[in-house]
Amino acid sequence: MTSSIHIPVLRLGQTYRSLDKIQFNVSGQPLEISVANSGLIRRDLQQLAKSGAALRAIPCEKLVGYMEKAAELFLHGKLPWGDDDRLQSPDDYAVALSQLTGLPHSLARSNMGKVHAAMSNIRAVISGLTRGMPLELFDRGFIRQNGLDVNFFAETNSLGVLLPSNSPGVNSLWLPALVMKIPVVLKPGREDPLTPFRLIQAMIAAGFPREAFGFYPTTHDGGDTLLFGTGRAIAFGSDATLKKYAPYRHINVHGSGRSKIVIGDDFAADWPKHLDVIVNSIAANGGRSCINCSSVLVSNNRDTLADALARKLAAIEPLPRDHPDAVLCSFANPKSAKAIDERLTELLAAPGAVDLTAKYRNGPRLVEMHGQTFLRPTLIVCDDLNHPLANTEYGFPFASVLQVPQAKMIGQIGESLVVSAFTRDQAWSIDLMTSTNIERLNLGPYSTMRVQWEQPHEGNLFEFLYRRRALQGDLVAV
Amino acid sequence: MSSKLTPAQAQSALDSWTRKMIAWHFSPATGCDYWLKWAKTAGWDPRKEINCFADIAKKFSHFDDDVLRTEQPERFVPKAYAKRPYNVFETGGTTGMPKQRVGWDDYKTDYEEYSDHYGPDFFPKGNWLMVGPTGPRRLRLAVEHLANYRGDSCYFVDLDPRFVKRLIGTGEMAMARKYQEHVIDQAATILRHRKITNMFTTPRLLENLAERMSLVKAGLKGVFVGGTTMTPQYVRFVVEEVLENKINFAPTYGNTLMGLAISKKLTKADNYSLTYYAPQPRATLRIVNPDNPTELVNYGEYGRVELTTMTKEFFVPRFLERDEAIRRPPCSEFPWDGVGDVRPFQSLTKTIIEGVY
Repeated sequence: MTSSIHIPVLRLGQTYRSLDKIQFNVSGQPLEISVANSGLIRRDLQQLAKSGAALRAIPCEKLVGYMEKAAELFLHGKLPWGDDDRLQSPDDYAVALSQLTGLPHSLARSNMGKVHAAMSNIRAVISGLTRGMPLELFDRGFIRQNGLDVNFFAETNSLGVLLPSNSPGVNSLWLPALVMKIPVVLKPGREDPLTPFRLIQAMIAAGFPREAFGFYPTTHDGGDTLLFGTGRAIAFGSDATLKKYAPYRHINVHGSGRSKIVIGDDFAADWPKHLDVIVNSIAANGGRSCINCSSVLVSNNRDTLADALARKLAAIEPLPRDHPDAVLCSFANPKSAKAIDERLTELLAAPGAVDLTAKYRNGPRLVEMHGQTFLRPTLIVCDDLNHPLANTEYGFPFASVLQVPQAKMIGQIGESLVVSAFTRDQAWSIDLMTSTNIERLNLGPYSTMRVQWEQPHEGNLFEFLYRRRALQGDLVAV
Repeated sequence: MSSKLTPAQAQSALDSWTRKMIAWHFSPATGCDYWLKWAKTAGWDPRKEINCFADIAKKFSHFDDDVLRTEQPERFVPKAYAKRPYNVFETGGTTGMPKQRVGWDDYKTDYEEYSDHYGPDFFPKGNWLMVGPTGPRRLRLAVEHLANYRGDSCYFVDLDPRFVKRLIGTGEMAMARKYQEHVIDQAATILRHRKITNMFTTPRLLENLAERMSLVKAGLKGVFVGGTTMTPQYVRFVVEEVLENKINFAPTYGNTLMGLAISKKLTKADNYSLTYYAPQPRATLRIVNPDNPTELVNYGEYGRVELTTMTKEFFVPRFLERDEAIRRPPCSEFPWDGVGDVRPFQSLTKTIIEGVY
């Protein structure tokens, strides 16, 4: 056994080894993560002006170039493992990530691909967020667009992010902030310190100033410090997290996605053609994402659709971590899997819901296989949306299927991160586009997992960080 | 400051003190109503059966501190003190009917001993500032007495922990932060406008204050803290960054029932891990097996903190604190067992269920 790899705290340019550590073991290699105390974070946040100045000194065009270079380094490069000279290959990263988070190697690699794409498409991402404004906006603060002077200013000196551990893909959300010259202060999820650390190393190696990155593995108290010490912050969490931070305008909480597929009258008979898209929406990325579909609403043919879906989902079996076809993720904490399984059993006791996958899958939902704990995919048929299993989500392939008249769907779905509306009905499409409870709308038979770089994800980061100022008068001085 | 006693001599002194205190509290001429009535129903006479400190663990069951809430404080007044009005001290952040302890001179004894332990260089001559819970707490009088005992005076800024607890309990985090700012504003004002040399506060308030100003530049020379769990990392952070490696730091562990446990001077080998030593023989801390609190854990192992307080004013046998700590061996400063890296009881075993993202 070699000496521990140590992932340090990154204090806006300085590495720091804490005496409080979390310890993991990755394939026999001890891995330590430094844990920052909240006071340390608060002290560092007082230095953020220097971090912002370091970014502002670099033209935005150059930062975009750095990000594109960082994308390649993240995907292909050997980057520092921790605070010594040992290097981490992409394979080292994927294997360690798999062991810590339960993602199979295949999904670890596909998530790397997603993050890489977000970085290498940074121009399209920024253009989508700013609706095509030239990059010099971030250098000068204003641009002339369609004959109009447009001035934006940063409303914050930093972006704080409380990251989850469920899927490394979510890291793509904070990346554009750096190109928009806003330093980031990150609290990694407990089981995934690797992804943000590797991303930061790639970005520093590509040219970004070290001072632009705060990396603070920390406690709940430290997380709160970060949320309340930065001018703009993003937190991922449960409905309870959402409720806790809802009163604070500067905190954008990404709670449960409750993403859905709604199948209109015009597609209700055609469902067999789109079965694979629905299965993909439910099970891709191990069902861990907030953009995974957790409810399917169809205006007709519920039972035949549900039966076909249940057969397909039940056929997805737990496979070893390194199996190329592995889809299901194991649970890093087996107690969580057990708690979810017990909760589902309890809720299924209430009338109006049936686990259709139960009769097709090869054994119980909760299963120990390949030295790991899994939950097998679960499809529930519900009689109405008020059933506690009808509009909820869990971190594995789980969905409910309901029959709801098309005219009632929009009114009943509630807050939904992604809605894929399988329809070509023009009037209904307009109703969907004017509804207030859908964050991202896919019109047509598309997976809820679909990402288009020029479209914002979970709110517009540019509008969250920057604000437009009315600018009038003589601009000779600028 | 090194102790003049060996561990064996300290044990002998504790046994002798135990006999003396048992005789005092269970004698009808000097004891209090609560313990005398208790003895009548106990079925055994502590004066006959307690011959050394170890007998306390064998014979007494754990003290239920709820009686300090339910019983009138007068019931705890030893007859020998009947003619002297007493102080009523209340415990920290509890809501509802508070737990109360009567007292006369114990706090002075504790804080004089504390003061003598550190000597003149650690807390140089000059004004003190206390920023923390005052009100009905022993600490407020104790810190002023400490300053006075050293020939100095003390300024005060109050923090009401019950109000903070209430705000947090009702989810009013923004108001809790405002209140904290309000306290720090007042402390910063005093530090800026008055000559302050030494300070008592909680570690968290100390951090917050140091975010406003350099405490070194403010003229502080010695800081005494108590009241919160301090991990080695936390201690290191306070020493290196909050106090800039320039201000003397004296962490303590204590409460209204015990008094004040002093921390052993940190050495490099400690790696910022604190060990506290109770003011023995007046109070004794044992680290016991939580599943079988009659037995001690081994040195180096975590166990639950058990307090026995025996002064002429107050008797508390085998009170199980809501803390756990590592049992540490005697050291040159204190020839009896210490308690290391104190933290809330079972803080690592409570399950936190993570949400679905």
